[in-house]
Amino acid sequence: MTSMFDSVREDGVAPNSAESIVGKSPRELAWARMSRDKVSLFALGVIITYLLVAALAPVICAVLGISPYALDGNALNDYGLPKGAFGGISTEHWLGVEPGTGRDIFARLIYGARASLLVGILATILTTAIGLVIGVVAGYKRGWVDSIIGRFMDVTLAFPSFLLIIALTRPFTQRLESLGVPEGNPARMTYIILVLATFGWVYVARVVRGQTLSLREREFVEAAKASGATSRHIVFKQLLPNLWAPVIVIVSLSLPGYVATESTLSFLGLGLMQPAASWGVMLGDSVRYYRADPTYLFIPGIALVVLVMAFNIVGDAVRDALDPKADRQNLL
Amino acid sequence: MSNDIALQAIDLVKHFSTGSSGVLGRATNIVQAVDGVSFTLPRGKTLGIVGESGCGKSTLARLVTRLIEPSSGSVVLDGVDITNLSGKALREMRRKLQIIFQDPYSSLNPRHSIGQIIGDPMRIQGIVTRPNEKAEVQDLMQRVGLNPEHYNRYPHEFSGGQRQRIGIARALSLQPSVIVADEPVSALDVSIQAQILNLLENLQKDLGLSYVFIAHDLSVVRHIADQVAVMYLGKIVEVGAAVTVYSNPAHPYTKALLSAVPVANPSMRGLGRRIRLVGDVPSPIDPPSGCRFRTRCWKATDLCAAVEPPLQADGAGRVVACHFPEETPVTIGQSPV
Repeated sequence: MTSMFDSVREDGVAPNSAESIVGKSPRELAWARMSRDKVSLFALGVIITYLLVAALAPVICAVLGISPYALDGNALNDYGLPKGAFGGISTEHWLGVEPGTGRDIFARLIYGARASLLVGILATILTTAIGLVIGVVAGYKRGWVDSIIGRFMDVTLAFPSFLLIIALTRPFTQRLESLGVPEGNPARMTYIILVLATFGWVYVARVVRGQTLSLREREFVEAAKASGATSRHIVFKQLLPNLWAPVIVIVSLSLPGYVATESTLSFLGLGLMQPAASWGVMLGDSVRYYRADPTYLFIPGIALVVLVMAFNIVGDAVRDALDPKADRQNLL
Repeated sequence: MSNDIALQAIDLVKHFSTGSSGVLGRATNIVQAVDGVSFTLPRGKTLGIVGESGCGKSTLARLVTRLIEPSSGSVVLDGVDITNLSGKALREMRRKLQIIFQDPYSSLNPRHSIGQIIGDPMRIQGIVTRPNEKAEVQDLMQRVGLNPEHYNRYPHEFSGGQRQRIGIARALSLQPSVIVADEPVSALDVSIQAQILNLLENLQKDLGLSYVFIAHDLSVVRHIADQVAVMYLGKIVEVGAAVTVYSNPAHPYTKALLSAVPVANPSMRGLGRRIRLVGDVPSPIDPPSGCRFRTRCWKATDLCAAVEPPLQADGAGRVVACHFPEETPVTIGQSPV
């Protein structure tokens, strides 16, 4: 490589200092930026922990010998409330027990994470994919394609979506069941995911469309065209890398948003149903006891808040790390 | 078609329609951005195209490179009519004809490394194998005066001049025979302009390139061009060898442009008669009848409004579109008038 040093540089400076020309790959740089920020690393750890715990919930429960469904009357007093302070927190039940049934809250929390995260992740993947494709097409094609998509987005936004979700729960879950989706909670989860995607893609698409409109006029797009690039290349190789930043921010905000929506729906009795566990089911159940057993209300609530915050922090950090304009000097 | 013509434009026309043609049927306006432009670029030579902002220079650059489709007319590259090429043939053609852009900031994808930017055309055309790619790109970087070690760096880490070198390396990566340069130095400092112009000249010498060099700066074009075409409001008003056009302009507009070039020597300043054009360039939506320059021309008569002067050779070997071409030879900075 030293032979390269003989080249004449534009600024005329003899290129003798090796430290200024360490070549790092973009991915290494992004990771270096990311790992400089301890808070976001911690938040990333939190998210990974959530995901691992949710994925391994049956294993964890088996190891600890607990179950989200097993009733434990011994943990309850005569009024059906947990024995002991803070909702019956003990070595046997780490986060206490459910009032009325005595089911282990820790087991229900980690099983609940499965349902809540699954809904959130699938809804996010669907909305982002649909929104990206439609947004890029609208922004890149412009003209009548853009007009039609634009009107369609306006209509979707104008829909009273929450009302619709509530009103259509029963007929649609029944339709899904008749289409072969397992009855009960699987059908209800599918319904929630589909409904969130139906109304959620618009937010992604609008941002992506705006970005695409401004990007497509840049000369680097013309340069790609001048070298024979197909529309496919331009969209995927030239435009998409410039769209990741806003998309990642939207994802980091919408994923916890969808988890919260699932909780809201379950809380209202439209999402998952007992005895299945999700954070929304737990919250809905716990408000009945909030005077006698406030700990029960706080546990799923805190789990939700921590997840939302962790996603927001990581989303911001990833966006910054992917920005090539971020400071490079401190990393070399 | 003889083999020493690299690129030829024949009666190129580009009309854009503006304004919404909405449901209410609002009238659309037609912008006559380029209106019947023909030129011939000999192989290995440089054709300079000058004109003020909005006269259709950049549209012309995009027309000849097939980035936008002409309303009519044709482009001939190496004796092949490329106006109606599509698909594979168009892709093949693009190898021979590349473009350098004006804005060194928006012409490089901010999310791509320099190596990726310069290597992209080769990858798109499938003319490089993965293992060779880095070496090829670094060769090009060296050729345009960039440090090959900066392969992994991003555009924002470079100055305007270096970015323009990156743009040049990208244009060179397909080994084109013709390069259309759309105001390649107008965004740069004067000292950097000279470096880039010299680089372009050296590349022309080494690689036998032919340039269409678009600029609004007459001194820049004088430095690099063999032939000069002067554009006004979508039409070429005068074309000829650079020496002739600069020393002996035939069209009043050319003369006015030349008289506006600042004189570097202070003792010569004020000697040349500065021709001040009155008014603005008319809108290309509704250009004047007859000669398009007549609204600002001090020589205009009724004939100019009635009959459009054709672009034709006058007695002195100049090609000009004017009923009353200039007679007197003028030299910049001196006052023979």
